[in-house]
Amino acid sequence: MPLLDVRNLSVDFKTANGQFRAVDGVDVQVDVGDVLAIVGESGSGKSVSMLALMGLLPWTATITADSMMFDGVDLSTASDRKRRSIIGKDVAMIFQEPMSSLNPCFTVGFQLREALKAHLPLSRRERQKRAIELLEQVGLPEPERRLRAFPHQLSGGMCQRVMIAMAIACKPKLLIADEPTTALDVTIQAQILELLLDLQKDTGMALVLITHDMGVVAETAQRVSVQYAGQKVEEQGVRDLFASPHHPYTSALLDALPERATTKHLPSIPGVVPGQFDRPAGCLFSPRCQYADDHCRQVKPGTASEELGHARCHYPLIKGVPQREAS
Amino acid sequence: MTVSDNSQAVPNSTAEAQSGAMARPGRFREFWSYFSENTGAVVGLVIFLAFILIAAFADVLAPHSPTEQFRQALLQPPVWQEGGTSEFLLGTDAIGRDLLSRLIHGARYSFFIGIIVVVIAAGSGVFIGLVAGFARGWVDTLIMRLMDILLAFPSLLLALVMVAILGPSLINAMIAIAIVLQPHYVRLTRAAVLQELPKDYVTSARVVGASRLRLMFVTVLPNCLAPIIVQAALSFSTAILDAAALGFLGLGAQPPTPEWGTMLADSREFVLRAWWVVTFPGLAILINVLAINLMGDGLRDALDPKLKRS
Amino acid sequence: MDNTLIEARGLSRHYDVSSGLFGKTATVKALSNASFSLQAGRTLAVVGESGCGKSTLARVVTMIEQPSSGELTLDGHHIRSDEPLTAAQQADLRASVQIVFQDPFGSLNPRQTIGRILEEPVLINRPQVSRAEREQQAREMLAMVGLRPEHYDRYPHMFSGGQRQRIAVARALMLDPRILVLDEPVSALDLSIQSQILNLLVELQERLNLAYLFISHDLSVVRHMADDVMVMYLGRVVEKGAASEVFDTPRHPYTRALLSATPVADPTREQTRIRLEGELPSPLNPPAGCAFNPRCWKAEERCRQSAPELDTQEAHPVACYFPL
Repeated sequence: MPLLDVRNLSVDFKTANGQFRAVDGVDVQVDVGDVLAIVGESGSGKSVSMLALMGLLPWTATITADSMMFDGVDLSTASDRKRRSIIGKDVAMIFQEPMSSLNPCFTVGFQLREALKAHLPLSRRERQKRAIELLEQVGLPEPERRLRAFPHQLSGGMCQRVMIAMAIACKPKLLIADEPTTALDVTIQAQILELLLDLQKDTGMALVLITHDMGVVAETAQRVSVQYAGQKVEEQGVRDLFASPHHPYTSALLDALPERATTKHLPSIPGVVPGQFDRPAGCLFSPRCQYADDHCRQVKPGTASEELGHARCHYPLIKGVPQREAS
Repeated sequence: MTVSDNSQAVPNSTAEAQSGAMARPGRFREFWSYFSENTGAVVGLVIFLAFILIAAFADVLAPHSPTEQFRQALLQPPVWQEGGTSEFLLGTDAIGRDLLSRLIHGARYSFFIGIIVVVIAAGSGVFIGLVAGFARGWVDTLIMRLMDILLAFPSLLLALVMVAILGPSLINAMIAIAIVLQPHYVRLTRAAVLQELPKDYVTSARVVGASRLRLMFVTVLPNCLAPIIVQAALSFSTAILDAAALGFLGLGAQPPTPEWGTMLADSREFVLRAWWVVTFPGLAILINVLAINLMGDGLRDALDPKLKRS
Repeated sequence: MDNTLIEARGLSRHYDVSSGLFGKTATVKALSNASFSLQAGRTLAVVGESGCGKSTLARVVTMIEQPSSGELTLDGHHIRSDEPLTAAQQADLRASVQIVFQDPFGSLNPRQTIGRILEEPVLINRPQVSRAEREQQAREMLAMVGLRPEHYDRYPHMFSGGQRQRIAVARALMLDPRILVLDEPVSALDLSIQSQILNLLVELQERLNLAYLFISHDLSVVRHMADDVMVMYLGRVVEKGAASEVFDTPRHPYTRALLSATPVADPTREQTRIRLEGELPSPLNPPAGCAFNPRCWKAEERCRQSAPELDTQEAHPVACYFPL
């Protein structure tokens, strides 16, 4: 049984101009010790689906799912109390902006000890000891001194380390990292990614990494789930995905990487991600897809078999060639 | 994907242009959808519009002249009370003037006061605020400390002192109130300017060589208007309230002007004998101010980007 | 014919920062002693992490800020730190250097239509151009950057990030500049949009023979775009050279570390990552000697004593005592 098993998750937002579907029928499965990357561009709903799982969405959001099983508990039906005992303890999350994720009014130590207090029955002294341990674990030098520091006295990379320390404080089974390195410099990004992977290996927790950076995906993930306009369009192991993408979107996205370019002119995907007012009737990628035909534009595709990466496409690609007869 | 190279226009143009930027509802619709979510604001707006109509058509709506004295009907109660007649729906005051007609004409004065005060206060306040925000340095410090001093006085007291110096009249009262309200605009505008200045669009206007005046009025000011509009709506009601207070103290509009505050002051001595002469002007002020404040809250919800949800 | 458009010699920009109300003022050397040149039709990329001075460089080159010292020649005009420019010189220079910013959501005035945004540069700098002619120019420019004529009357909020960046490029080109400073032009954009904008920039360069000063932290984009690369660390140029040389045979340890820290979208690649210890130092309080020495694995006593200089005579100069 997977650690996390979300089936058919949809999230709708009430906006000034009517309902907007941000996540559309997404399945997520994460096994113990798994490193899953969720890749997508802005508006692909990659963060929203995880925030929905954490119960962190504003009141304007409506969440529907067939099931949201975590470690044997269905989060969609569990009581608030039960939910709170799991979220933050067994499932933890870190965010993109480490500077604004910490409360600027309190010291790092205070915030770290609060996190411990909420979920673990420790004495004051034990909490302090554990806080120091945690900062050592995330590689912050001079932990005692750092505990007394305020967030603005630390750099972005150090703040992110503190956030990670807070997240792993209760030894979570699942850590969700939402663009954890996007706001950081390249050399710091490398340090943080390495730290996350080391922690994942040491503790055996599962890691969900939400990112838009294909390079980060290639270097960290075991499995990759690609999202487009709120839908999961493909899921594969990382090597297979980069070697032979089955969904035309994944394929086009990989081709658009400047480092894969052979000429000065990059292969690019025309158009933009559909928004609230121009959602196509059929396949959501059809207006930008080079293989699309009338069938694609009118009929919503189902998901293909596992060998084809669950591609949500009528004509999944095999070695870059669409399989017209396969549908 | 290979897009036709070396054509006249740059490739991707057609595809990029075809999708995107379509069918998005206009700004006004978006504004209205935020505004109408706040029921109180809509109620406020309706009442406010009703008051405007009443003020505009006062001559048609009022059954009598506001200053005509009916000597045979002094302190006559409203129509539903014993002794009331349908000729004077809300009764008459101590010298026999029709209360309803006076209230209807009073609405004119209220709007007159509100509009003039807001125009003076906002106009000068926004200008001074822009100067302070752009000048920085000692000019900024000087202006802001002056405003701090103005804000340190209780507003009504300051207005009183100024009217005492200028002499009691409605115009002087309005000037005094405008001066009292103006520091709020200065602060608000300066804060908004400081928020906008570091943005890239201002820098790019600078790179292009926009003059300082152009930067102030064409580039930055339109982007600072949302909070100023909200403040204008709210100070509209403050102006009406302060003018009524000055009128009540005898330093604003002078009798027989049917200004609501002055009406209240005139009828002070009859509170116990004839409740209606005090109650109706008081209610008119209350409802008017409340409606404008509710509307202002709705405006804030709709215009303030910080309160917007995506 | 010499078609050098930018020639910088020892360009520096310092800021005085006061700490607290009565604190003594400190000097931040946001940019020190940068020398480079850029020719028409070529792209010079400036690479580095936050606080390395690349944005300051962009602001000095576009004359948003005056250099504190050093010489800068832009399209034949000499800019010196000690003598301010006359209004006429400024107007001339404005026409030859323009900038495109990183964030397409902040760089367009939300209260102006696209038409007005595009026409503003012409309106201010060439008041003799008639209204109809201005509009004509703006519409032609819209077509050139791949937007449609009906976009002329729309407001920026109706456009996506990629389209806005096209508009920002169009505005920068309205005065027919010869130099375009691109300050992280694609880092706020999604991958699929990024390639569209990069293609647009490449095509415009070929068509208009523009010189690009391309500022970016994304090495894969730089590798794709640049002819020459300048690597900066804490306000100083640490390495400079042809793009292929810098990427294939980096000589400065920092360049090497930066390259190895950049994730590559290839899961089969062997990872031989150089692990840099520590954080970027604060520009307020730079380390003595070579700014990189606290994080450098090759640092020796000499690196802590004095800062190495960049030998500008070489083709691939590096500011390091122990180059790789």
